[in-house]
Amino acid sequence: MAHFTKATSVKDWLNQRLAIEKVEKVMASEYWIPKNINFLWAMGMILVVTFVLLLVSGIFLLMYYVPTVDEAFDSVNYTIMREVDFGWLWRHVHGVAASVVFLIIYIHMFTGIYYGSYKKGREMIWISGMLLFVAFSAEAFSGYMLPWGQMSYWAGMVITNLFSGGSLHANFLVEWIRGDYVPAQAFLGRFFMLHVLLIPVAIMGLIGLHFAALRIPHVNNQDGGEIDFDVESKKYLDGDKAGSKVMRFANDFMSKDMMVVGIFLIFFFYLVFYNYGFAMDAVNFDPADGLKTPTHIYPEWYFLWSYEILRPFNIDLGLVLFGFAQVIFVFLPFIDRSPNSIPANRRGTAFKVWFWLMLSNMIVLTAMGKLPPEGMFSAIGLVSAILFIVQWLALPIITSMEKKV
Amino acid sequence: MENNNRRGFMGKAFGAVAAVGAVGSLVAMKKTWDPLPSVKAAGFTTLDMSIYAEGVMVTEKWRGKPIFVLKKSERLMAQEKGNAAAEARNIKIGNDNFMVAIGLCTHLGCIPAFRKDEGNFLCACHGGMFDASGLVLKVPPPRGFDIPPFKIEGNKLVLGEVGPEWQAMKDNGVTL
Repeated sequence: MAHFTKATSVKDWLNQRLAIEKVEKVMASEYWIPKNINFLWAMGMILVVTFVLLLVSGIFLLMYYVPTVDEAFDSVNYTIMREVDFGWLWRHVHGVAASVVFLIIYIHMFTGIYYGSYKKGREMIWISGMLLFVAFSAEAFSGYMLPWGQMSYWAGMVITNLFSGGSLHANFLVEWIRGDYVPAQAFLGRFFMLHVLLIPVAIMGLIGLHFAALRIPHVNNQDGGEIDFDVESKKYLDGDKAGSKVMRFANDFMSKDMMVVGIFLIFFFYLVFYNYGFAMDAVNFDPADGLKTPTHIYPEWYFLWSYEILRPFNIDLGLVLFGFAQVIFVFLPFIDRSPNSIPANRRGTAFKVWFWLMLSNMIVLTAMGKLPPEGMFSAIGLVSAILFIVQWLALPIITSMEKKV
Repeated sequence: MENNNRRGFMGKAFGAVAAVGAVGSLVAMKKTWDPLPSVKAAGFTTLDMSIYAEGVMVTEKWRGKPIFVLKKSERLMAQEKGNAAAEARNIKIGNDNFMVAIGLCTHLGCIPAFRKDEGNFLCACHGGMFDASGLVLKVPPPRGFDIPPFKIEGNKLVLGEVGPEWQAMKDNGVTL
């Protein structure tokens, strides 16, 4: 047994058993962050806070939600919304956070692309981040099933049908996923389980991996410059705080981080209290009906861009391109052949145009996905979808021609 | 060295036991997600075909899915004359011709709406269109409406049971 002495304080008692001082240094006061960053570096903390909001509001919803096809709709729209004191608060926090979390994820992603934060040893940060995106998408989709309204049912129908693989007609797979010929009790039960247990556990594991991936390469900075963290942190600890290129995670960086989180929370609760409607589709306030399709079925806004890539083509080509769009971001660190890990605007015209075109094209795809697939919108959607694919196919070529800066 | 050999053997032995257990539990997990016997047993619907009026599209229900039933009018029959693909899809009961099909778009399973004036179906999800026989007028749907397995019994139609007429349709590639 290790040697223990009589503790001189509670802190000392804990220190002997849990090494809390050491842990605090490793995790916070001697975890080094570059000084050369801006507010976009706070998105990670905003995501952590939003995840906690989802978890806490979810726990309260879980206590009244009933996962059966007969009662689910009323347990949400009557019990939680009308009977439970402040039930509306948990629901609106949960719904708004589920929507806003994707906005922040997209900002976080495009910040990473812009500053080249997926290169030079940061590949695992990017990959674990994209796995988190997949897990969050699955979490959002499974959660969307639970109120068992018309959009829940029909989104469930359409998305599970994707697994028939178009001309492969793998209906057995679709029926296996549903546990029935159509989405029904078995379907609701398993998606409830996925939403409240399996996927959240996976998300928490992936968040751990995402943070761990950050330890060795450290956070990127605004110029993409390489920083010798050993030298710079020594300078800081020796007293040259102004001359050092780095600062402590806590409390230096955290104080600014939480400032941005504060601004975000004001915006967030403004939405929760005054503008929650965008996260609550009117169609989903009709109970699920397997014999009536709503006139327009569209996913929540954060899935629209990929939905629009599925839509203009015949089923097989659509599925192939949709699958391509889903996975291609994961491979970004390997598709980008350029040695430069600096902001997109300084990497030469080709990549600069590529970045801004990709960002604006995804916004166009999102807009077109929301509009009915008719006339002009069909045409714009088709062009945008093709442009998206072409841009990714062109990326290895334009990045390998890029000059070293 | 000898000890390491023993450890290696123990490791392999454990690996073998664990592999058997893993395969077994995967089988159990897969089977747990299969449709329940009660779900499968409820998969038959009988329709009385004498009650339908000409040219009126009626939606029935089979295995939780909508079934489109359209008794074809003489005008419709005249229109599709010579169109072998459309004629092959007709279900003859007595002297009447019916379009009976699973009312789900073959693209991703939304229910297309019947437009009485145009005499065709439009899917709101992705803009697919079908004619009165259930054939595709406009993509993305990859094929016409699927025809559910049926068996003709007098003027009744049993959905979920395979009769010779349906088997012939399947063999000829009229439906999946």
